[in-house]
Amino acid sequence: MLDKNPQTGGEGSASAIETDVVIVGAGPVGLFAVFELGLLDVKAHVIDILDKVGGQCAELYPEKPIYDIPGLPIVTGQQLTDQLMEQIKPFGANFHLGERIDVLKREGERFRLVTDAGTTFLTTVVVIAAGGGSFTPKRPPLEGIEGFEGKSVFYSVRKIAEFMDKDVLIVGGGDSALDWTLNLQPVARSVTLLHRRDDFRGAPHSVEKMRQLVADGKMKLAIGQVSALHGQDGWLDAVTIKAKDGTEQRLPITAMLPFFGLTMKLGPIADWGLNLEENLIPVDTEKFETSEPGIFAIGDINTYPGKLKLILSGFHEAALMAQKAHQYVYPGKKVLFQYTTSSSNLQKKLGVR
Amino acid sequence: MAKITFIQPDGTSNVVEAEPGVTVMEAAKLNEIPGIEAECGGACACATCHVYVDEAWRDKTGKPAEMEEDMLDFAFDVRDESRLSCQIKVTEDLDGLVLRVPAKQY
Repeated sequence: MLDKNPQTGGEGSASAIETDVVIVGAGPVGLFAVFELGLLDVKAHVIDILDKVGGQCAELYPEKPIYDIPGLPIVTGQQLTDQLMEQIKPFGANFHLGERIDVLKREGERFRLVTDAGTTFLTTVVVIAAGGGSFTPKRPPLEGIEGFEGKSVFYSVRKIAEFMDKDVLIVGGGDSALDWTLNLQPVARSVTLLHRRDDFRGAPHSVEKMRQLVADGKMKLAIGQVSALHGQDGWLDAVTIKAKDGTEQRLPITAMLPFFGLTMKLGPIADWGLNLEENLIPVDTEKFETSEPGIFAIGDINTYPGKLKLILSGFHEAALMAQKAHQYVYPGKKVLFQYTTSSSNLQKKLGVR
Repeated sequence: MAKITFIQPDGTSNVVEAEPGVTVMEAAKLNEIPGIEAECGGACACATCHVYVDEAWRDKTGKPAEMEEDMLDFAFDVRDESRLSCQIKVTEDLDGLVLRVPAKQY
């Protein structure tokens, strides 16, 4: 079932995972593509930058109802995701979560894809089902912040030890901000948590722990918002904090971790030579293939005359894409059109017979 | 119908006619008001339709509910007059409403 046949790739690159299809994006449309491809014996690996499947359904509206999925009068984003995962279970797709495809290049008859974590794929077909792009941390609109990123402003923590000799400012009031406050407090030289109000939406026990640390003098809590950054050559030495009453105060710090949620950015897809139109990928409406043969785009990320950004449109696009993808994976092999209701062959694949 | 004025950070303003029942965010998007992103489409899940309510209108628009207050944590330069426009329903009472669009949503 697994397509993991580690094999040395070309030119000293790390071993690559060989597969029929790489699906970029684990939203509802990417998930359903696993189903349509699976019925045609095409195996897929699915990559998503989020640490969970479901895309916007899981990240933006897990509890919100969706009313326009055919046959499901009402379903929440999370329920739809769970149901799709159940539906595609027989096809044993491999998921690579928390990773983003950074590189896509043609290599002979196939494509080589590399994620930001270095995972490499050699695949016959690429299906881009990336929705609104990849979810990336929101960048606070502070002047000059780009210059500090990676040196003293971070949106995630890779190695806790790197903060050992830092005076850290963590900004935000949710679980990410609280968790990193609690994790970095024993390590960093000093930790200050800054939030716009003295009320936290994070888990109550984390809030309690944080307040205890403040009471014990082991960290600081400040109420306000960052209004300016100070430092040189990428190294912060202070920030200006604006309190609710408008008064400003300078706080010396050497590292800042802002946690303001996620936003969707197109990301590296822009560099894949797909003739984008306003950040969308033009496709035909027969196969939903891009200008590059073998690369398909389905769901919210694509555009064509009459396009509607609906989940149900993406499902349709996945079904048609799969027919053409099958031709690339099994050249010359004819597809017998069958219904899951009556085909014993399809039912065997679904594991219901 | 209710007239809503959106004032941009540079001082320019747009007046839109909104039908009671829609949200202020929807009225803004329908009229392509710059600076109202509404990335999540109105699910109160992204804080990119942040607006400042003019002093004179703050009583009529009311205060953010708890979920909205939580989501405002993801916005920038949040003030007492901050609201997420997807959570303000247009009513006849809001005819004349004045809102300011922040310099940046993120």
